[in-house]
Amino acid sequence: MRLYDKPAHVLHDMLVKKEITSVELTKDVISRIDEVEDDVKAYLSQTRDEALKQAEAADARIAKGEEISFLEGIPGAIKDNICTKGITTTCASKILEHFVPPYNATVMEKLQKEHPVILGKANMDEFAMGGSTENSAYYPTHNPWNTECVPGGSSGGSAAAVAAGTAIWALGSDTGGSIRQPASFCGVVGLKPTYGRVSRYGLVAYASSLDQIGPLTRDVTDCAHVLNVIAGLDEMDSTSSAAAVPDYTKSLVEDVKGLKIGLPKEYFTEGMDPDVEKAVREAIGKFKEMGAEVIDISLPHTDYAISTYYLIAPAEAATNLERYDGVSYGERVDGADVVELMTNTRSAKFGEEVKRRIMIGNYALSAGYYDAYYLKALKVRTLVQQDYTEAFQKVDVIMAPTAPTPAFKIGEMIADPLQMYLQDICTVPLNLAGLPGISIPCGYSSKHMPIGLQIIGKALDEATILRAAYTYEQSQNFRNEMAQLGGKN
Amino acid sequence: MKVTQEDLDKVAVLSRLSIPAEESGKYIGQLDKFLTYVENLKAVDTENVKPTTYALPIQNVFREDVVKPSLDRELALSNAPLKEDGYFKVPRVLEE
Repeated sequence: MRLYDKPAHVLHDMLVKKEITSVELTKDVISRIDEVEDDVKAYLSQTRDEALKQAEAADARIAKGEEISFLEGIPGAIKDNICTKGITTTCASKILEHFVPPYNATVMEKLQKEHPVILGKANMDEFAMGGSTENSAYYPTHNPWNTECVPGGSSGGSAAAVAAGTAIWALGSDTGGSIRQPASFCGVVGLKPTYGRVSRYGLVAYASSLDQIGPLTRDVTDCAHVLNVIAGLDEMDSTSSAAAVPDYTKSLVEDVKGLKIGLPKEYFTEGMDPDVEKAVREAIGKFKEMGAEVIDISLPHTDYAISTYYLIAPAEAATNLERYDGVSYGERVDGADVVELMTNTRSAKFGEEVKRRIMIGNYALSAGYYDAYYLKALKVRTLVQQDYTEAFQKVDVIMAPTAPTPAFKIGEMIADPLQMYLQDICTVPLNLAGLPGISIPCGYSSKHMPIGLQIIGKALDEATILRAAYTYEQSQNFRNEMAQLGGKN
Repeated sequence: MKVTQEDLDKVAVLSRLSIPAEESGKYIGQLDKFLTYVENLKAVDTENVKPTTYALPIQNVFREDVVKPSLDRELALSNAPLKEDGYFKVPRVLEE
């Protein structure tokens, strides 16, 4: 019996009932990696030996009759911008090719208390800048549903691993859609928590006012469990929220009766793929059938969200990435003096998209342009946030597509950066406002590529979007279908 | 074209990047296209709108000022490209 195709909660129950061992499970997922990883390329590095030791330790605890935590002995993958003590963390960049973090991110410390099995570090767009994982300095990841397509990004490795069965669960990070969009493209569940819900300590910074770590999983049940593990205040991240963390598994109930769903007309854009629109509207119809109330709303500043995001995020990135100077860590390319050393290092070791965003950021922040670009964007950010505040006085959740299209072909958009940025229209506004959002599978395109429904919640109200997501998921069968590595075989 | 070679040179220096001559045309074109697109923000009335730097209303987060273990020096230096006697090593910065 194969095990890689089952969600974590099913495997957890099997472990508790001693129907399987963690070593059997881990070996099965590793065999799956051997079978498909050449075609998918979800991992940047693998920690198989350590994984098997973790599995043995989990089995020993189970054998002793100890009560085990949810993720105990269950293999997962970690996006390579999350610091893992003693395990190379590259951010898919050449500048961190040999970087071994001397400490763990807070999420890793929290995870380790659960004793999961960590299979390795997942591929991504370099420094999380991109929506296709083609900006990885090492190799692109392929979509397990059609290996000629991108898995989305920047958490493309995490999403592809969960979809291909080469990880049961994964962590990703989301600055402008980097968890939700790959979840949509790969047919898995991905949640971006409220800004501050999960500590960013040890997450390699891209845009600090927008970044959040979150789970990518097979289904909503697993998502709630993983969120339980990673959420909460952390004194190492002064932007983390002190709000109490509810038990998110309490949201795993089928109940959307009377739920008020806002439908923002601005998210159903002109360039939207008709298959996406059809699937999302059908899903919303299903909510109606189940007793929810659908209300048309307007978020009028949505049209400005791309400009706002692509000025603020690169400005923050330009500042955050100043630390890669060839001095304290990371690669170094020598020069005659310190400035030449820094310039040589950064020019040789940063990829094209990273250079582009650093330059956009420095341009927007430079004397003479600061007010017109950066400050202007910060003010429009206020208006984007106000749109949501007003909408949430009338509705409980907002629903929209996660992305305007299903996964596109590798190479199709990489030559036109602006075209690629415009694909983020449905995801970036949430990051600007700090709101939580989940992407869940809601159908397939005519070419059988997954389509995601995005459910947006009020700040710190992950509980309601999880309940809505769970209710819909239970009414459908998407979670039972695994990616078949089409396109090539 | 709004963006000139001079603009690119200036922003490259600010970014500590050197852009080879054969690539500068591409970057100028992309930067120009981007800046033209973000012009749409000009249409938004932001008179009397306060800027938002963080989405959550978090200010002045304090914690007790107590001594706690911190990263060991050897470990902190373990990723340094060049080090000597417990210090990071770089080319001479000051003239003699």
